[in-house]
Amino acid sequence: MKLKTLLASAAMALGLASGAFADGHEKTKVGFVFVGPIGDGGWTYEHNKGRLAVEEALGDAVETVYVESVAEGPDSERVMTEMALNGADLIFTTSFGYMDPTINIAAKFPDVKFEHATGYKRADNVSTYSARFYEGRAIQGHIAGKMTKSNIIGYIGSYPIPEVIRGINSAFIHAQKVNPDVEFRIVWAYTWFDPAKEADAAKVLIEQGADVVLQHTDSTAPQAAAQEAGNVVTFGQASDMGQYAPFPRVSSIIDDWAPYYIARTQAVIDGTWESTDTWDGIGPGMVGIGEISDAVPADVKEEALAMKAAIADGSYHPFTGPIKKQDGSDWLADGEVADDGTLAGMNFYVEGLTGEIPQ
Amino acid sequence: MDLSVINPILLVAALMSAATPILLAATGELVVERAGVLNLGVEGMMIVGAICGFAIAVETGSPLTGFVAAAVGGAVLSLLFAFLTQVTLANQVASGLALTLFGLGLSALLGQGYVGVKPPRISDIGFGPLADIPVIGPILFSHDPILYFGIFLVAGVWAVLKFTRVGLILRAVGENHDAAHALGYKVVRIRTLAIMFGGACAGMGGAYISLIRVPQWTEGMTAGVGWIALALVVFASWKPWRVLLGAYLFGGITQLQLNLQGAGVAIPVEYLAMSPYVITIVVLVVLSADKSAAPGSLGRTFHASH
Repeated sequence: MKLKTLLASAAMALGLASGAFADGHEKTKVGFVFVGPIGDGGWTYEHNKGRLAVEEALGDAVETVYVESVAEGPDSERVMTEMALNGADLIFTTSFGYMDPTINIAAKFPDVKFEHATGYKRADNVSTYSARFYEGRAIQGHIAGKMTKSNIIGYIGSYPIPEVIRGINSAFIHAQKVNPDVEFRIVWAYTWFDPAKEADAAKVLIEQGADVVLQHTDSTAPQAAAQEAGNVVTFGQASDMGQYAPFPRVSSIIDDWAPYYIARTQAVIDGTWESTDTWDGIGPGMVGIGEISDAVPADVKEEALAMKAAIADGSYHPFTGPIKKQDGSDWLADGEVADDGTLAGMNFYVEGLTGEIPQ
Repeated sequence: MDLSVINPILLVAALMSAATPILLAATGELVVERAGVLNLGVEGMMIVGAICGFAIAVETGSPLTGFVAAAVGGAVLSLLFAFLTQVTLANQVASGLALTLFGLGLSALLGQGYVGVKPPRISDIGFGPLADIPVIGPILFSHDPILYFGIFLVAGVWAVLKFTRVGLILRAVGENHDAAHALGYKVVRIRTLAIMFGGACAGMGGAYISLIRVPQWTEGMTAGVGWIALALVVFASWKPWRVLLGAYLFGGITQLQLNLQGAGVAIPVEYLAMSPYVITIVVLVVLSADKSAAPGSLGRTFHASH
């Protein structure tokens, strides 16, 4: 809404004006653009933990600034511009929807380094980084397929972008592998963070018979809705969400950005920063699997941990053929492994999923 | 596509619950605007109410006490707005926006110790056998007390504005504050009371989200509901029953589109997702076509010496 836009930019101007005074230019200034509030308990919470880790690791050598709850789109360009004008040397933009704005602003400030999370457009001063969340989704799918009794699994999607579609496919493939009757019901929330809407989506899915709800949105609201329903399994998203363990939250995918943020900031300090494309998973530790609670039967837990180990050491890839696309055409032959290019731009469902991806 | 998975009874029951935060906040704002004040701080008062209600409910173990605290919290915050606009004669639009910013920050600060805490649950009103009536029972007789309070609030505000002397004075102040002042009414005092009433209602609306709809505390959890409430007041041409209709319409379409998505209906999801907001755009169109309905002194600063 217009007023909200106005508000966000006013907030941003206020927040950044105060930072402009302390500009000694000895410290390396690192800016963070966040899509939600740092207290969301999920995605932004973990990015902010990474920011704090940078401050702790590099101490007086750095100064960090951040702006939270920045709307994707033109608003974010204003925030980035302000940060760059206020002397930021390195700016992390931490949501997919900041992709084009990041590229636009990076072109205007060639001396400032940019790091965009989960996107695929790069430039000389724009790196991209992301985590292979789909590896964690495979483990979730396995547990979900084993745990569901109604054979209906609800999935709260945020936006129909490759990252989210990849997660749906990965979870579905592994749920179906252990439970051929499983069915996915997908609701698109068109938001990363809106607790009331996420709670509504979870409730609708539960009313429609789902007894496992997976979420790709950032708040813990679906966890609360599942807890209220009583017999619904959930998984922590982006952060551990351990306050809902051992049930409904039986495991989680945790994003650990701290080592990457520290390394990249150090590279700027050392003058060795280069534009790169980082896509790390369970192996290097960028994707963590939260403790699998005792609500999961011991044998299922064991299988899940075995899969985690296999993914970590590279002996198993979640997208290993034979896999067909939704329309029945072949995608991966028996034993064939998906290449990163296809995964990065994934815009199709695999066979067995119903419904269409919003275009 | 499988429409049979949608249970229309649950859908109606859910939409009433989904609409209540908007309804409470919009009814409060309606009274404020009928008194001639434009308070854009609804979002800020809601979020402060959400954390005040949540914190007090957790500390006392009583959700109803929480709702009282939410009303007090919203009203106290609105006093800041009243001071700025009625005493220091600051611009209402700017003050309202500042109130929202302040409320969002303040609530984040107050809520730091409450992330991940579970609030006490409020039980539904026991209507006994009435709740067992097929169809009508689950829709009308199986809700929490605040939902009914919201409906009574609309009826009360309507009756007071239409039939009572208090309502007449309030409307007089909103339509023409100079004339009301000439008649001897205390414009500033009446407006301050209206602003506090609006703050209390917004606070309760916020607490409905944190204590009943989501139940948990998360920073920024009202996520724009206050702005929708503001738009709804205009859409409803400052008439209480239309506010009720609008809130239920918005809540209903929001619920329906989620249900249709879950059922796999072949309507493109984008259209479903935008459908509740299309109403907001219609609001703006209605606003420009129906100016006559706005209170005459809305948003104008009053000082006795002018």
